[in-house]
Amino acid sequence: MELFFNPFDNLVCILLGISFTVWFTSLLVFIIVPAIFGVSFGIRRLYMKSLLKIFEVRTWVVQRTHRPPEFEMSDIFYFARRGVESIMDDEVTKRFSAEELESWNLLTRSNHNFHYISLRLTVLWGLGLLIRYGILLPLRVTLAFTGVGLLVFLTSIVGLFPNGRMKNFMSEKVHLMCYRICVRALTAIITYHDSENKPKNGGICVANHTSPIDVIILASDGCYAMVGQIHGGLMGVIQRSMVKACPHIWFERSEVKDRHLVAKRLSDHVEDKSKLPILIFPEGTCINNTSVMMFKKGSFEIRATVYPVAIKYDPRFGDAFWNSSKFGMVNYLLRMMSSWAIVCSVWYLPPMSREEGEDAVQFANRVKAAIARQGGLVDLLWDGGLKRGKVKDTFKEEQQKLYSKMLVGTQEDRSRS
Amino acid sequence: MVVKNCLLLCPVFVSAVSHSQITRLYSRFTSLDKGENGTLSREDFQRIPELAINPLGDRIINAFFPEGEDQVNFRGFMRTLAHFRPIEDNEKNKNPPTSEPLNSRTNKLLFAFRLYDLDRDDKISRDELLQVLRMMVGVNISDEQLGSIADRTIQEADTNGDNSISFSEFIKADDQRHERTWKHRLDTHIVTYVTAGVTNAGSTGTR
Repeated sequence: MELFFNPFDNLVCILLGISFTVWFTSLLVFIIVPAIFGVSFGIRRLYMKSLLKIFEVRTWVVQRTHRPPEFEMSDIFYFARRGVESIMDDEVTKRFSAEELESWNLLTRSNHNFHYISLRLTVLWGLGLLIRYGILLPLRVTLAFTGVGLLVFLTSIVGLFPNGRMKNFMSEKVHLMCYRICVRALTAIITYHDSENKPKNGGICVANHTSPIDVIILASDGCYAMVGQIHGGLMGVIQRSMVKACPHIWFERSEVKDRHLVAKRLSDHVEDKSKLPILIFPEGTCINNTSVMMFKKGSFEIRATVYPVAIKYDPRFGDAFWNSSKFGMVNYLLRMMSSWAIVCSVWYLPPMSREEGEDAVQFANRVKAAIARQGGLVDLLWDGGLKRGKVKDTFKEEQQKLYSKMLVGTQEDRSRS
Repeated sequence: MVVKNCLLLCPVFVSAVSHSQITRLYSRFTSLDKGENGTLSREDFQRIPELAINPLGDRIINAFFPEGEDQVNFRGFMRTLAHFRPIEDNEKNKNPPTSEPLNSRTNKLLFAFRLYDLDRDDKISRDELLQVLRMMVGVNISDEQLGSIADRTIQEADTNGDNSISFSEFIKADDQRHERTWKHRLDTHIVTYVTAGVTNAGSTGTR
């Protein structure tokens, strides 16, 4: 019996008893009673926080072996590759020279990469030369002189009329007639699409710019108020007589710099509903008709409906792009008149207005995207002014900032660990 | 005509660049050559907007011009660009080249090395590394941080203790980078394999 009831066993029983008592008491005190009264000691939260700390230590260990990106000598490869890619081909410089053709159109001027192929082709080319310079060119030059002369003469006569409906009617007819003669002077074959969207009074018509001929093409299908700088010489004479018949917006050279003055005159014009829609080319320079470049925001700041128009030339019959650094105006016109023809398509896009919360730049980009999409042109963010000027340093600084962000981010990781 | 002459005079190009590529490059060369005198100057390169905004644009342009010269002709233009042609596997077996092709890995690394080596003394000093780093980051990182990055880089790459990086040390550093990328790839491969095994075991257990 004594062997059965060991004093050691007694001790174990007492210990077990005490632990059970402690266990249930603490359960009661720390968990059940607070639960009854809705009070919390915050034990669970403490537990949760400790668990999180433990997990963090684990991930910290994992990260260490992961090796975040940091500067390596080979980072330079990225910049070198991008740089050399842009040397081999870039998106901007090729927009300022005439588009390359897939097959030769028998004009020497489009002959970049095509070499002597056959006798027959040479004979065809010679024949074409005779026709273009012997027959077409004199015809076209005569027509051009007639058209311009009539424009100056008739608009001056219309200018003598008193302001009123009669004058507007006459002015419209005179302008349309003379522009149509000019269109024939270039043998321009134009296809107009969606004429129901033609610009109305009090609106602004914007189009992509390829050459000064754009004006003639658009103005032969509708009447517009032109905007521009007053030139001297023949251009000046034409401009001055045009403004007699109906109000155009011509600026003196000094006024062009004053952006507020320009904006004011444009908005005054659009508010007067009796005046014709304004024709503007927001790119500011001639682009080679493969892309649409950045639109200047000035015309989009005015509160008026914008009527976008897309013009796409078919380069096979004659490239209409004016490379102003290579050719002067007269040289350019001669080239135009000695091509086969000027073939183009004009799309009148549905009118657009600036939406709430949209600023001028965003609106301009929206219009540009619509024009590019319709005309099948590449939509570029680059400024057409890069034709002559340098790119701003802010773009380079952005590139530097992006790279720094990547490096600095990893530096912070290193200091933490 | 110029293209054919080039091919005759420099046989090393025949292996590195194909005929149609040369024609395209020549077309590009002439479109960049605004002065139409058969050579390109630094301004002709800087007229490319995407190159002008590249932080290392000036260093890359410099790589085209040999020591002390301001004009590069078509031969020099092609020679520099030939470094960037990718190494194709079938090329390696077809024609064992007599001299090392321009677009070999070593020559590509030499191109990059020369971008760092501003004074062309075949060593990248701490100063040169700092200058190039400064070009890449602009004003966004402080001098001290940049200095510590440069110090760490030199420390890791410099094996002969002259506090500058020679071309062989540069190649070795790049080898190590390759190894690290492979090791990391291997590590992630093992991890995915293991976790896949665990989840598989778990699912078979419950079934």
